[in-house]
Amino acid sequence: MTSFHESEMIALKDVCFSYADRPILNGIDLTIKRGEIIAIMGGSGGGKTTLLGLISGRLKPQTGSVLVKGLEVPNLRQSELYGLRRKIGMLFQFGALFTDLNVFDNVAFPYREQTNLPEEMIRTLVLLKLEAVGLRSAKNLMPAELSGGMARRVALARAVALDPAVMLYDEPFTGLDPISVGIIGRLIKRLNRALGMTSVIVTHDLNETLRLVDRVVVLSQGKIHRDMAPEEIRSTDDPFIRQFADGLPDGPVPFHYPGRDYWSELMDQ
Amino acid sequence: MRASFVQLISALGHFFTSRIDRLGLAARFAGALLVSLSIALGRLPLMFREVYFSGVRSLSIVAVSGLFVGMVLAVQGYEVLQRYGSAESLGVIVALSLVRELGPVVTALLFAGRASSAVTAEIGLMRATEQLAAMDMMAVDPMSRVVAPRFLAAIFSMPFLAAIFSTAGVIGAWIIGVKLIGIDDGAFWSQMQANVDVRIDVLNGLLKSIVFGTAVGLISVFEGYFAAPTAEGIATATTRTVVISSLSVLLLDLLLTVMMFRGLS
Amino acid sequence: MNRSRFDFAVGLFVAIGLLAMAFMALKVGNLAGFDSGTGYVIEARFDNIGGLKVRAPVKSAGVVVGRVESIGLDAETYEARVLLRVYPNYRFSKDTIASILTSGLLGEQYVGLESGGDPVYLAAGDRLGKTQSAMILEKLISQFLFSKAAETPAKAQ
Repeated sequence: MTSFHESEMIALKDVCFSYADRPILNGIDLTIKRGEIIAIMGGSGGGKTTLLGLISGRLKPQTGSVLVKGLEVPNLRQSELYGLRRKIGMLFQFGALFTDLNVFDNVAFPYREQTNLPEEMIRTLVLLKLEAVGLRSAKNLMPAELSGGMARRVALARAVALDPAVMLYDEPFTGLDPISVGIIGRLIKRLNRALGMTSVIVTHDLNETLRLVDRVVVLSQGKIHRDMAPEEIRSTDDPFIRQFADGLPDGPVPFHYPGRDYWSELMDQ
Repeated sequence: MRASFVQLISALGHFFTSRIDRLGLAARFAGALLVSLSIALGRLPLMFREVYFSGVRSLSIVAVSGLFVGMVLAVQGYEVLQRYGSAESLGVIVALSLVRELGPVVTALLFAGRASSAVTAEIGLMRATEQLAAMDMMAVDPMSRVVAPRFLAAIFSMPFLAAIFSTAGVIGAWIIGVKLIGIDDGAFWSQMQANVDVRIDVLNGLLKSIVFGTAVGLISVFEGYFAAPTAEGIATATTRTVVISSLSVLLLDLLLTVMMFRGLS
Repeated sequence: MNRSRFDFAVGLFVAIGLLAMAFMALKVGNLAGFDSGTGYVIEARFDNIGGLKVRAPVKSAGVVVGRVESIGLDAETYEARVLLRVYPNYRFSKDTIASILTSGLLGEQYVGLESGGDPVYLAAGDRLGKTQSAMILEKLISQFLFSKAAETPAKAQ
């Protein structure tokens, strides 16, 4: 039984994960303390979303241990896993709202399914959560009628409904206008502080993210390339991070898809 | 030459193993579904919602089809029977054909095309938009909340729809046979009642429709659940539901008919 | 969740479905006459029952008065042992004759009862004294041929 420190909310030790014989994560060691907001960044397909899947128990690592609140997640039985998931909230990339329910019912869903609270109390709680994300008056709209930013805010309200201890965000800023990005960023920080949560954000958006997180974990080739504070990201010399931060087309992540030499292919006719 | 022969054999082998793999997957899925049924049955409003979308919405197509099928049976049946002077047996022929076979089978095929394909698309889309994953993350089992109610709704709706089909068919045949062609109304009904047995014919027909409902229900939720999360994936899954459901219904019909009606004459 | 909207429609659906099932059972099938269990059972023995089936009608003067309950073979006398269930409101005399008749030319076979003049009525469990077996086509033909053959030698004299 691996030991864990009281303040460690999430701990991954020597985690390896492959999908259909393709190795994705290759020995990940990561510790996240209670109350921290950390960002996970890296190239596409680099294993960022996989990490979220491992933490939430949707994926099982080939080797290594995944500890959340001291529990060894891959070893949990279905009922225990569900018990743990009541304490974990997840915001999916495009919200994943239930399209057949309106905004109110979407946020009420966790209460109705997981608790025996009377309807009046649920109504109060739902309105509270919706007010926190600024969408209380949109409660009767259907998800199809919401803009991307609004849908994601509703999904956020739904995800924090049961006041989870851990929040996982899968690319929360992708595809949003700058205003919505700012709103979501502010909400993530405020909720994390207000509810005493630990948040893990998988993202590509450097600017917004660097403003809110305590640490940035950069993945490359299935390993943790760097684990540093946001200020260091801006000033570092590391070529991989530089290419990322400055948006350079070529660098450690090559521009050209690997293949034959250009001139010889042209000459082949 | 030899290489392509080896390729052929391995392709053939792969064809069969992949089919058997999928069958195994379906069996495991069915097992998980069975386990979730106990929870789903405790939440009947969810099932009734699906009965509305699958069953009630299929009512019009089933009733109208039944009416037309009954009418066609009357026309064709009369054409043959009157050659032997047995036109009065029209009621019997039509009723038995409908109650024993056409009612359960055609209803199941119509249901597969209309309601089941919609269920597959719906579940496939829920998977593609991560709604099932979100539910799972909120510690709500998608099997009992989404899949099982739709499965149960198919089993529940089918017998009612088959009965409605057969009834519409008999009425259609009556309209053509008695009202238009002029067969004796009394003979139409009395011959029918004398020769259609509630236990052997009507009940067995309803039993068939329950079996079909189970098969079609299972196939539609399975294909939707494992659909690839792309537009193409959902389209493929939907067509698979209709094709496999239809073939299964026809195969099961053969087996059930032999079991139920073989020893009658 | 708009429960009430679904409830009404589903309720209507079920109601229509049940009506259809009732229609099938009563108008199309023979549930109305599905009163097996009432009446008394009498026994009749035949040399040959032909194509008589269980649940075939028992008629008298063309009116259905009962149903064939069961058909069996007596292992010692090799006669067919047929149990007839007669509906309670019909009484037949002890010397009633039971015959196996065919409805129409090629129709189904049924049991016809012809009541006699005996003042005592049949009770449950009684056996009918006189019966007439079904006419078997092959036997009729061979009878006919045999009688024809018996004629010709006399003519050939």
